[in-house]
Amino acid sequence: MPPALNSRPRLAPGCRLGENGQQRVLLMPERALRLNGPSLEIVERCDGQHTVEQIVRELQKIYSKAEPQKVEQDILGYLALLQERRALDFEL
Amino acid sequence: MTSTIPNPLALIAELTHRCPLHCVYCSNPVELQSRASELSTEIWCRVFKDAAETGVLQIDFTGGEPLARPDIVELVRAARSAGLYVNLITSGLPLDETRLAALVEAGLDHMQLSFQGAREETANEISGAKSHAQKLRVLDWLRYHRVAVTLNFVIHRRNIDQLEEMLALAESSCATRIEFANVQYYGWAFANRENLLPTRQQLDHSVEFLKREQQRLQGKSRIEFVVPDYYANYPKPCMGGWGRKLMLITPTGDVLPCHAAQVIAGLSFENVKDHGLREIWEQSAAFQKFRGEDWMQQPCKTCDRRKQDFGGCRCQALLLAGNAAATDPVCSLAPLRPKVDALLAAINTPTSVQNFIQPSWLYRSNPA
Repeated sequence: MPPALNSRPRLAPGCRLGENGQQRVLLMPERALRLNGPSLEIVERCDGQHTVEQIVRELQKIYSKAEPQKVEQDILGYLALLQERRALDFEL
Repeated sequence: MTSTIPNPLALIAELTHRCPLHCVYCSNPVELQSRASELSTEIWCRVFKDAAETGVLQIDFTGGEPLARPDIVELVRAARSAGLYVNLITSGLPLDETRLAALVEAGLDHMQLSFQGAREETANEISGAKSHAQKLRVLDWLRYHRVAVTLNFVIHRRNIDQLEEMLALAESSCATRIEFANVQYYGWAFANRENLLPTRQQLDHSVEFLKREQQRLQGKSRIEFVVPDYYANYPKPCMGGWGRKLMLITPTGDVLPCHAAQVIAGLSFENVKDHGLREIWEQSAAFQKFRGEDWMQQPCKTCDRRKQDFGGCRCQALLLAGNAAATDPVCSLAPLRPKVDALLAAINTPTSVQNFIQPSWLYRSNPA
């Protein structure tokens, strides 16, 4: 299920940003995800302050050459994936 | 020569072989290393920095019981300030609330708390100690201190029918990850495997149950399930492939490609007292031995699955086929699969399913 647009995602306990040389990573129990470009832009905004909708708007501005609808879909899909892995909590 | 070997991602630090539990499936080698020979605090702290510089992202503190080290808070602090994600794999026994608070303050990222069952009686039988009640206390402290927690239930014939109770226990806790990990048959577990392997019926039932529960808990808690590979069609990609992702350091500082590698005769291991981790990772003969595909025999050598499972587990090949370079005999394509099938047939005969009789366990001992 896609997250609600007015919810505010934040990294779940046990998940945090880290780096390996130049590579930013999302560290979580038993795994690490490499973050590049859009995935890093998204995760950096999962701070419990931004709503999903704000993240979508901000990335649509950054990636203004991409189809806005496509940007939104990709973000919702990525947030749902992170939630399924229990890397995010969503606050209303 | 520039290296083409990818960096190790995680380091498993076996801080000690001492443990208050005596679990009959312990993954430690049957030959345990003594307290007197354990690495000092200073050497471990140096190793953490070395690991981070070698590209390691995560460190798993395990043992034995890592909390048996009086310097554990210092070790957590050093690993975290070296830049590592710090995971503590523990029974929770030598823990009180003050010590937990100190670990959190030192930068502990995550704790994996082991449970031997949902019922006191079974749990105490398997661990050879009165342990269950303390674990329940630890769960309360973890919630209060907002620690990220995985509950790990080790599954076998004697407790696989209690998954529902275990899940209820996990759901009532603050854990967001729940592992149901069937015993893997090495070390002490290999010695006890005829009493630990579940029946096929038990296994099928558990898989069905957990698939249903995974759906129900989606987005709330994540359930991981590890099946016993004796029942699988294809082997597990052990350690994500030999020398591909992980390295393990024993209490005395030997660096191994996996928990059980010492069973493979003819391999020798470098020690962190004498060598840096990058050098060991890239040049150790033990790490090179089964890296890549050159060592593979048929049917692995030309198998389509060789890049997925890397031929399975080298230690299991040694234990079951007597040859560490053989195809893992749990593979349905392995020439020695009939040996595994014969064992499963014996487990699945009606007379052998005597769950009501307590088996004569070989309990894990403690090192000197």
